[in-house]
Amino acid sequence: MIWDWHFAGKILPDLLRGLVVTIEATLLGYAVALVLGLVWAILRRSPSRIVSQVVRWVVEFIRSTPLLVQLFFLFFALPSLGLTFSALVTGVVGLGLHYSSYTSEVYRAGIADVPVGQWEAATALNLPRRRVWFGVVLPQAVRKVIPTLGNYLIAMFKDSPLLLAITVPEMLHSAYDVGAKSLRFLEPITIVGVLFVIVSVLSSVLLRRLEFRYGNN
Amino acid sequence: MATTDPAADAVLPEDGAGETDGIRFEGVVKRFGDNVVLRELDFSVAPGERVTLIGPSGSGKTTILRLLMTLEKVDDGIIYVDGRSLSHMKRGDRLVPADERYLRGIRSDIGMVFQQFNLFPNMPVLRNVTEAPTHVLGLSKDEANERARGLLDLVGLADKADSHPSRLSGGQQQRVAIARALAMQPKILLLDEVTSALDPELVAGVLDVLRDIANETDITMLCVTHEMGFARDVSNRVLMFDEGQIVEEGTPEKIFSAPENQRTQDFLHAVLDQR
Repeated sequence: MIWDWHFAGKILPDLLRGLVVTIEATLLGYAVALVLGLVWAILRRSPSRIVSQVVRWVVEFIRSTPLLVQLFFLFFALPSLGLTFSALVTGVVGLGLHYSSYTSEVYRAGIADVPVGQWEAATALNLPRRRVWFGVVLPQAVRKVIPTLGNYLIAMFKDSPLLLAITVPEMLHSAYDVGAKSLRFLEPITIVGVLFVIVSVLSSVLLRRLEFRYGNN
Repeated sequence: MATTDPAADAVLPEDGAGETDGIRFEGVVKRFGDNVVLRELDFSVAPGERVTLIGPSGSGKTTILRLLMTLEKVDDGIIYVDGRSLSHMKRGDRLVPADERYLRGIRSDIGMVFQQFNLFPNMPVLRNVTEAPTHVLGLSKDEANERARGLLDLVGLADKADSHPSRLSGGQQQRVAIARALAMQPKILLLDEVTSALDPELVAGVLDVLRDIANETDITMLCVTHEMGFARDVSNRVLMFDEGQIVEEGTPEKIFSAPENQRTQDFLHAVLDQR
């Protein structure tokens, strides 16, 4: 089988449409992971031991089960409990939930890195708990972990083809469709690989810039 | 919950006990693991009084300030601030463990300046000073800014309002920290070795600011320091600590000129020899 440029050109629009879905799912899932991870990290610090321990084990559980199993559970098992969502929504929630277990650890490390004197000064000034978190601790903690959080965006992007398994029309899904119809897999799958590389490299460059702006100092 | 707490019964005060103004420690015990930091400590500080705590490191002085600021909890005994216990509060006729809201009420009367300044590095100087007045006292932005600028002027840093704390010297940072504590208009100011982390040439500036505050306000001051000259100037009373207990107390004249206790004499010799 030889590479067919004409065929490659013909299928490219389909694959790019798939890429748009991939990027959508990744960015939305990343937003979920960033917010949910923060919620976990803050709850881990709850004065209530019950809350912090429950959250600890929930996060541990999410992190220790494979993403694919979680996606299957959300997409195929939840409907039998009466909960049905579209494939894309399920995919976004699945990716976000899974990666929130990683981002929460990143936040946690950042929070632990904030000197205890900052908490004590906040207590001495009688700042309300909300203000201690959002005015004092998190601005310092998050700034330090921006580069690490950024790496998870790329990791998540590379995990997004798993959404194929729950019928999300992302890029690998499009490539598979094209291949199945034409019985040519060389071009679509290769192009998918190349597009992944291009987007990953571009994101890395962008993240490096962010890191440069916030990471040091 | 409350009735199952053994401490609740033990500390039930008679009516009127501890109902005096100022600070009162009654039989206070504090342990860190096996290390007993304070043993059955009793003392009180009247409103407006300036008390300096001296003694070798590890003798419990800083712990006293941290207990008052509710950064630590007592293991036994009671601390009263203006008649309110730091560990228990009244609910109906019963005493229950103090909750956060109750402690916030007490804390609003107390300010603290730390050895390591602990300014918020993510905020410019002015916001370090306005943060608590706006979010705790509910001052408007303008009111808080005005108060903060007045205090920065008092500590000689009016021109640094927009600077970043990391751009300031240690002495300047500590003066900002003093302004930040005063912005809450506390009745009690706790000073925890506020010049110990400073380069020697910056110490005088900070102490001058504190002398001014001592002269111009009637704020109660509890001060842990190794600056004996400063202690002599501002304090009404000096408490000498060793191994978690007060071994001698008196006016600064008495303690510094004619200490009676052997350990006080040894300590003062050691500190003054360093100079």
